[in-house]
Amino acid sequence: MIVLDNVTLTYPGRTGPVTALAGTTLHVRRGEFAAVVGPSGCGKSTLMKLVTGLIRPTSGTVAVDGKPVTGPVKMAGMAFQNANLLPWRTVLANVMLPLEIVPPYRGRFSRDKAAFQDKAMALLNVVGLSAFADRFPWEMSGGMQQRASLCRALIHEPALLMLDEPFAALDAFTREELWCVLRDLWQKLGFTVILVTHDLREAGFLADTIHVMSARPGRIVETRTVDFPRPRDLDVCYTPDFTQLVHELRSKIAEVRQAA
Amino acid sequence: MKYSLEEFAPVYFTVGLFVIWEAACRLFNIDTFILPAPTEIFAAMVKYWWPLLKNSFVTLWTTLAGFAIAVVFGIALGVVVGWSRTIYRGLYPVMIGFNSVPKVAVVPILIMWFGIGEIPAILTAFLISFFPIVVNVATGLATTEPELEDVLRALGASKLDIMRKVGIPRTGPYLFGALKVGITLAFVGAVVSETIGANAGVGHLMVQAGSNFQMPLVFAGLLALAIEGILMYAIFAAFERRMVAWAFRSSQSAGG
Repeated sequence: MIVLDNVTLTYPGRTGPVTALAGTTLHVRRGEFAAVVGPSGCGKSTLMKLVTGLIRPTSGTVAVDGKPVTGPVKMAGMAFQNANLLPWRTVLANVMLPLEIVPPYRGRFSRDKAAFQDKAMALLNVVGLSAFADRFPWEMSGGMQQRASLCRALIHEPALLMLDEPFAALDAFTREELWCVLRDLWQKLGFTVILVTHDLREAGFLADTIHVMSARPGRIVETRTVDFPRPRDLDVCYTPDFTQLVHELRSKIAEVRQAA
Repeated sequence: MKYSLEEFAPVYFTVGLFVIWEAACRLFNIDTFILPAPTEIFAAMVKYWWPLLKNSFVTLWTTLAGFAIAVVFGIALGVVVGWSRTIYRGLYPVMIGFNSVPKVAVVPILIMWFGIGEIPAILTAFLISFFPIVVNVATGLATTEPELEDVLRALGASKLDIMRKVGIPRTGPYLFGALKVGITLAFVGAVVSETIGANAGVGHLMVQAGSNFQMPLVFAGLLALAIEGILMYAIFAAFERRMVAWAFRSSQSAGG
């Protein structure tokens, strides 16, 4: 579904041109859960912007669904480390924001508002926030805000979900809780995910495939298939195989950091 | 119901100020012509209540008229400036220059153009309160979180969508902050213009009283201005609290 072919991105920095990505090649199948891990500053976030068409590569091609990406892909859901909810809207209204923008829903928004509200409530229910729909984001904890942010990224049933370290700012317990929320949503809705993270356990627990990026200029240096059976339980993180995987990824990243 | 000391602090401070003033006038035997005591000022306010009230209304209306024009044009220009970086960079120095010119210096020009009357006062009120509104609206728009913009652009949102859904609501606290400051500035502008050349208004009244050596009346005019200023500020502050309650969340936030 997503193909990056030999993509290079250079942008003008303050001290001359910066190469964020150099010859990156990446394939993600439809419905796959892909994780991208790497040392900080390796251009993981740049990769996200390239796939969603927010920036254009300097050379190489990016294609989504077989069509080359020439502008914002429209229809992708995104969530970041900061929940970025709008403080003047209630949680429910925040979740419904994409429906006011994405075409098939947009034209029907005022007419079908009640139906859309039900849809948003159903999604909030899945992440355990239905009791907080009328609250404002600033009345909620960081973990709850992040759940709402996930709902906002998924309300319009995007084929592609882009996550940029969405759980990085949360405490360990909340983070594991949200891994399960994301796992359940993904199993239920079957979208394609690209998860950018520096948490190797997070990648191992959630992903089908883990791509390891090198330090800047970033490129994919290793791709690992994760074949723990699904549905996965948090207990999988304490099996020897899992520890082995995390350990190997850890050494690989240490290696690419050395090389930098 | 028990009121705390803090709640009544403004009353205590105001009364205290007048008491000290009165005491100083009596203790040091200060000439009325230099500094009238508050009791004399209040007496003048009672005696000349009608001219004070009449002229206060003139000042109020010129202030509000000028301020209304400033709000309309300020928001419009603020949106234009906040919309595009090029316009922002191009127009900013011009606006800084415009704002740096003391408005007192412009009043004689306005009087030459429009004659003595209410129009120079309205225009001065407009000119002086226009700038903070433009700057604040533009700042509100220009500081939209880039990540939020990415979220919306990845949904296929146009620039107008982003403006409508995020930019403009986000500008609310900046705008209301500017209105609060702007109304007092507009008031200053109107009075300055009235002092230089007008046939009505509190500024005009004070100049006339001054030339008749009626110092208590001059100070009564000042007091009337202060009261009007506080009232208008309070109205806009209350308005702000209602309209952008979400921006005042720090004290009641659950945090975390």
